[in-house]
This record gives sequence, structure tokens and C-alpha cells, in this order.
Amino acid sequence: MDLIQVKDLSFSYPTKKDTLKNINFTIREGTFNCIVGENGSGKSTLIKCILGLNKIVTGEVIKETHIGYLPQKSEIQTSFPASIEEVVLSGTISTNIRSIFYKKENKELAKQVMEKLNIYDIRKKCFADLSGGQQQRVLIARALCATKKIIVLDEPTNGLDPSIAKQIYELLDKLKKEENITILMVSHDIDRALKYADNVIELINGEITFEGKPSEYRAGGEQ
Amino acid sequence: MFQVVAEMMSHAFIQRAVVVGSIVSLCAALLGVSLVLKRYSMIGDGLSHVGFGILTIATAFGYASPLYIAIPCVTISAIILLKIGNNSRIKSDSAIAIISSSALAIGVAVTSVTTGMNTDVCNFMFGSILAMSKSDVYLSIGVCVVVAILFIIYYRKLFIVTFDEDFAKASGLKSKRYTNIIAILTALIIVIGMRMMGVMLISSIIIFPALTSMRIFKSFKKVIISSGIVSVVSFFMGIYLSYVYNISTGATIVLVNLVLFILFSIIEYIVRK
Repeated sequence: MDLIQVKDLSFSYPTKKDTLKNINFTIREGTFNCIVGENGSGKSTLIKCILGLNKIVTGEVIKETHIGYLPQKSEIQTSFPASIEEVVLSGTISTNIRSIFYKKENKELAKQVMEKLNIYDIRKKCFADLSGGQQQRVLIARALCATKKIIVLDEPTNGLDPSIAKQIYELLDKLKKEENITILMVSHDIDRALKYADNVIELINGEITFEGKPSEYRAGGEQ
Repeated sequence: MFQVVAEMMSHAFIQRAVVVGSIVSLCAALLGVSLVLKRYSMIGDGLSHVGFGILTIATAFGYASPLYIAIPCVTISAIILLKIGNNSRIKSDSAIAIISSSALAIGVAVTSVTTGMNTDVCNFMFGSILAMSKSDVYLSIGVCVVVAILFIIYYRKLFIVTFDEDFAKASGLKSKRYTNIIAILTALIIVIGMRMMGVMLISSIIIFPALTSMRIFKSFKKVIISSGIVSVVSFFMGIYLSYVYNISTGATIVLVNLVLFILFSIIEYIVRK
């Protein structure tokens, strides 16, 4: 099943024309997808178009389900007083946006997800006090509370030690294999992306220059 | 001490001040947490200056109840302030500085042309416990109840929007709407509170309790609850000390807040060690 279809998508910012040009691709259920490319190639813009954070004028994005999103880190979060529990639970908002309080099933889901990711025992700790790797784990848990099918990550391993970054990739791989969660992530780290991904999308200057299996990317890319 | 409190509470004007002051302190502290975390601390300051400008103009034209004019005007200013900060090339801190000093200047200019620096104007600047009329009390209670109810209804969403705006948008929340709600509620609380606290001091009761609580508490819910308590306690201690030692009420409340802030900081330092 196709979870996300991007059709003829083009996007311009008021200050920067043609950030994305004529983008087409689909994300299939149960696959690990990496978008790679240099800084300024339009990766984050593409993610924001898919999530509806950027208003699409040309082309369309068809989504089959709720998406769990893991944005790039914001400065506010470095000193924000919020417990892990509060952060993870907030992920359930998209499923009951109208009610005033969290429902029992929301809390139950948050508990299950925290147990799965081994953060239930530290749920009372402050998010800002955690290490970078643990913070990403919490944000992945929050994303899993928002969706049962697909999570979208914007450079989740930025600024992490290589060994911690590897753990994040392994966690995502495990989620794909054991829970059939589809992964779509933007990454700088091409080597690792190629190792875990089923499907690689390369962006250069807002255009897709490659889409396909990692083995084919290696063959074509490293001349 | 109980005798002093009993004597104090026998004055009708103090009763009014205590009722309004305690609920304003509570609401200000609730909003303050979001404002501080969103780096909007200065909005309180800017809006209170706008409020001053409007109050002086209203007084100059001889309105008996300037609150009814100040509330809508300050609310509109709050929305304009946010819009400028979000959209244009003038960053929000500069936008606030420009608007607040201009409003203050207009207020001072109007005052010099009309009444001169009389006690009314002085009361606007530094607050007066005598400023509350009976109708002001009813209006204040009404506004505070609305603020508190809206805060509870939107608590969950305010947390998400404050913590991670992009995630909030991706979850389908209209994050601008909640930022506007915070700004409007803040405007309401400022107008109501500044008669007693004074224009120069009102923003401190918004910022101080949140900052104080964040020294020690590390979850959003605890910080909110603690801010409410810190704010109300500071208010009661402030009004008591100001009565006993005959110091300006607004200034005393701010000083109590400062003492609590230092105390909490020391506790944080010891706990971390």
C-alpha cells in the first residue's frame, strides 16, 4: 500500500524561488526511506510540504494516514521544564484534538510506547536534562503516539555521537521490522542511510536526481 | 499578626484589592509560564505601556471608567504586536520596544498638555491600592474567571504549541491561534492588574513566578501549579508588608517575588550540588 504519494510538487519561498522542482515519489508501507542531499537542497522543505507545514501551491501530496513527526531540535527545548511523560503523551493530540483532557486510552498508549522504548522507568525525568540520544528516543516515542503507520524524521542524528546515532538507526530498523512502521527520514549521514534504507531519494538543488535501492545508488553515485 | 490582618481586612478598599489582586496574580502566573518559555516575556512590558498611554488619553477625555476603553485597545495592540513580530523584518523584541516607548511617550505628552503629573497619573505609573472601584472589581473577577477557564480548556494544546510548534502544526493544531489566545489573555490580565500594580511593575508578576518555579520544578504541570502558588503567596505577603510598613503595594509585591526567586535559586544550587 502507498502511504504517501507526492505528485508534481513544486515549491518556492517568497525569498527563494524553486526550492523544490517537480517532485514525484511514493512511500510504500513497511519500508525504510532516506532523503539525502546537501544543505540547502530542499530536504527539510520537502518534509514540511508533506506534513502540511508549508502551503502547497503546485502539485499535491496524498496521505493515507496520520504521520508521526520528529522535527529538528528547537532552541526552546533546551531549557523547557517538561517531563518525558508529558512529552510522549502530547503525541496523542492528533487522535483526540477536540477533547479537553487526555483520555484513558491515550495514557495507556503512551505507557506502552514508553515501555517499548525503555524510557518508562525514567518517565518523571526532565526532558531537557537528558542526553541527546535519549531525547531523540523520547521524541520517537511521541511520534509513535501520533501514528501506528509512518514516522517522518528530520535529521534525527544531527549532533549525536556516531555510536549513539547507530543506536537510533537500529531502533528505527527494529520498529520497521517488528511493528511494520514505515520510516521516512532526512539524513546527512549517507553511509549509514545506505546501510539501513530500502529506498533512497537524492535531492540536488530541489530536484530528485536519484530514487531507488541503496545498491543502485552506490553503483551510480560513486564514480 | 492576626490582629493586623483583621484590622487590615476591615477596610473595604483593601478587601477589594485582596480579591482582585489574588485572582489577577494567579492568572498572570499561569500565562507567564507560556510567555517566558516562548521568549515573549517582554510582551507584558510592552502592553502595560500601551495600557498607560490609553488610560491617560481616556482620563484626559474625562471617562469615569477608563478600563472599558483600555481593555479592547490593549487587546488589539497585543494582536498587532504578535503580527509584527511574526511577519516583518522587524524582530519582535524591537517591535515591542518601539511600540511600548511610543505609547509611553504619547501618554506622557497627553498628560503634560492636559492635567499635568497629578496623583491619577502617578497611580497609573506605580499602582494604587485605592484604585479599585466596585464596578472595577466585578469586571476584574469576570475577566479572571474567563482567563482561568480558557487556560484550563487549552492547557494541553498550550503545552504542545509552546514545546514544539512544528509538531503541533503537523498534528493539526492551529498554532497561531493559540499564540493569539495567550496574547489576548495577557492583555486582559495586564489591564486589570496595572491599576493596582502600576504600569512599571505589572509585567513582573507575569514573569517572576514562572522563572522562580523553573528553578526547582522540571515538569510543565508542576511549574504551572508552583507558579500559581508562588504568585498568590507573594501577593498576600506583599500586601501585608505594604500595609504594616506603609510601602507602595506594587513595589512590595515585586520585592517579595524577588526574594522568593533568590530563595528558589539558592535551593536549586544546593540540590544540584
